[in-house]
Amino acid sequence: MTEIIDILISASFWAAVIRIASPLILATMGELICERAGVLNLGIEGIIVIGAFTGWMAVYQGMPLWGGVAVAMLAGMLFGLLHSTLTVPFGLSQHVVGLGVTLFATAAASFAYRLMLPEVTSPPKIQPFQPLDIPVLSDLPWLGQALFSQTALTWAAFAVAGIVAFTLYRTPLGLAVRAVGENPAAVEAQGLSVTGLRMGAVMVGSGLMAVGGAFLTLSAFSSFFFEMVNGRGWICIALVVFGAWKPGKAVLGAILFAAFDALQIRLQQTSMGAVLPYQLFLALPFILSILALILMSRRAEVPAALMVPYNKGER
Amino acid sequence: MRLEPIANPTAARRLGLPVLAIAATMLIAMVLALIAGANPFAVLGQIARGALGSKLAILETLNRATPLIFTGLAVAVAFRAKLWNIGAEAQLYAGAILTVVLGTGALGAPLVLPLSALAAMLAGAALLLGPVLLKTRLGVDEVVTTLLLNFIMLLFVSYLLEGPMKDPMGMGWPKSPALIPEARLPRIVDGLRLHWGFALAILAAIVVWVIQTRTALGFEIRAVGQNPEAARFAGMPVNVVLIKTALLSGGLAALAGWSQVAGLKGHLSLDLSPGFGYTGIIVAMLALLHPLGVVVTAIFVAGIFVGSDAMSRAAGVPTYIADMLMATALLCMVLAILLTKFRVVRG
Repeated sequence: MTEIIDILISASFWAAVIRIASPLILATMGELICERAGVLNLGIEGIIVIGAFTGWMAVYQGMPLWGGVAVAMLAGMLFGLLHSTLTVPFGLSQHVVGLGVTLFATAAASFAYRLMLPEVTSPPKIQPFQPLDIPVLSDLPWLGQALFSQTALTWAAFAVAGIVAFTLYRTPLGLAVRAVGENPAAVEAQGLSVTGLRMGAVMVGSGLMAVGGAFLTLSAFSSFFFEMVNGRGWICIALVVFGAWKPGKAVLGAILFAAFDALQIRLQQTSMGAVLPYQLFLALPFILSILALILMSRRAEVPAALMVPYNKGER
Repeated sequence: MRLEPIANPTAARRLGLPVLAIAATMLIAMVLALIAGANPFAVLGQIARGALGSKLAILETLNRATPLIFTGLAVAVAFRAKLWNIGAEAQLYAGAILTVVLGTGALGAPLVLPLSALAAMLAGAALLLGPVLLKTRLGVDEVVTTLLLNFIMLLFVSYLLEGPMKDPMGMGWPKSPALIPEARLPRIVDGLRLHWGFALAILAAIVVWVIQTRTALGFEIRAVGQNPEAARFAGMPVNVVLIKTALLSGGLAALAGWSQVAGLKGHLSLDLSPGFGYTGIIVAMLALLHPLGVVVTAIFVAGIFVGSDAMSRAAGVPTYIADMLMATALLCMVLAILLTKFRVVRG
């Protein structure tokens, strides 16, 4: 017990929590936008992989770090275009298309990686984003290390969450996106394009998922390797449900979740880790996700038109 | 644009569009080969030769198809009822674990093979029962829970192979002890590397086909899949049908693990399945969820994978081309199926 308390009061633990939460926040915001517009995007796992790969590859080929982030975002939007073309105007099963996009994107990243680096055995490294040194704040005792020694991409992740929340609740565009996920026929009656709004939401959302992937290779680690995403996308889908489709709650969910993840890594080094198998610690994020889904199931405020394709002229 | 239903699609439309989907996939294969700097026609030829070019190649393709038939059936059965079982991978491993538990000395001939198959099916069914009860009782989306269970199950297998199920003679390699000879599925023909699992997979496809077309359960599964509200209104116990579907689907997926362990590998290791559970989704969708079609598409998909391995060694195009092609085929096929029933009109 004292071991857990020691971990919880250490600054490095909280620094890790924020670091682990950042890619989850980016990808969860992406999924949240898609779902608020009425489209479940199961392509998320593959789109994170594509973002991680393209962002890293762009920087490896000599682009600046922010250039890599932009490339990842564009690649994600491209896959969002593929997903939304099939699911919105054609109204195909969002489950099947989403899984198809995940399988395709994951395979494409592996194919391109092997094509460009056929011989490498240990993944090459790039120079990743460095922690920002903020005057005064970074030098504060404890807080400086815990909260103010993060990379620019982490700050960007939290800024994105704020922008998403503001746009969804304070702008006409956000109102239209939310309405299209609740009652697309009413949006159409207002003279707005359901197809345009939904495809736009899925593309922007997919772009954010890919930036979440780029965080992994450009900020958290410095190289790309297969299976580095390892189910994070599915966890983000659970986080959207856990956050009741609200940006603020979803961010809190991501931080809570990251805290458990950071804790399990550290617990493996303690006397608990000596008794319990390490696989149990590694399974904890997935078990927690399922528990979160069960916990929220009773009061989930699902967008009414989620997974319901809209075909003009059909009532 | 909007979609307009076609009252009576012509035969040309119903057959031509799926063929076009496969043709589009082949075209993309050639583009990928070009990108990789290889001759596209040579690459296609090498994939075909690698899959079917020799007796050895054909047997390898059929061996690879065996688990895909089981997982493809598992997905086809579930998707027919709009039960999104994406957890065939975990159910496969659940079956494999039980096969090892019963097949390493706990039981002897002649009971060990039928009982290990039965136990495997029960384990797979039990694993899918949880997500389905969560769906019917609490409305928790089964896609996410079954996906998450795949990761949990792989970690559980990893724990078993490093702990209670570790092979003491394994030289530190994480694998289970070998099955006793009586627990192994024999080969269909002596000297040919193809085990009875393949024949049983085809038998399973026929059984599923009979269930779907000749029994009340088959009718109920279809009714629930087409319109759960209407099925409920007609007095059908929708949740009971979903639970029965889940038991069948989970059991079929577990048989993939059983046949891989008892027929091919003889032990459990973490590389037992290179994603057979996920590939099963592609197999089932390409077969339009038809159980007998699953046999054909499983052999086709297995051929692409086996052929790509051989082609990759010769032409230097990464084997991941096979995964890309399968995902492409899946997306092209769902679009083709839609366009057999709907026409795109402007406005």
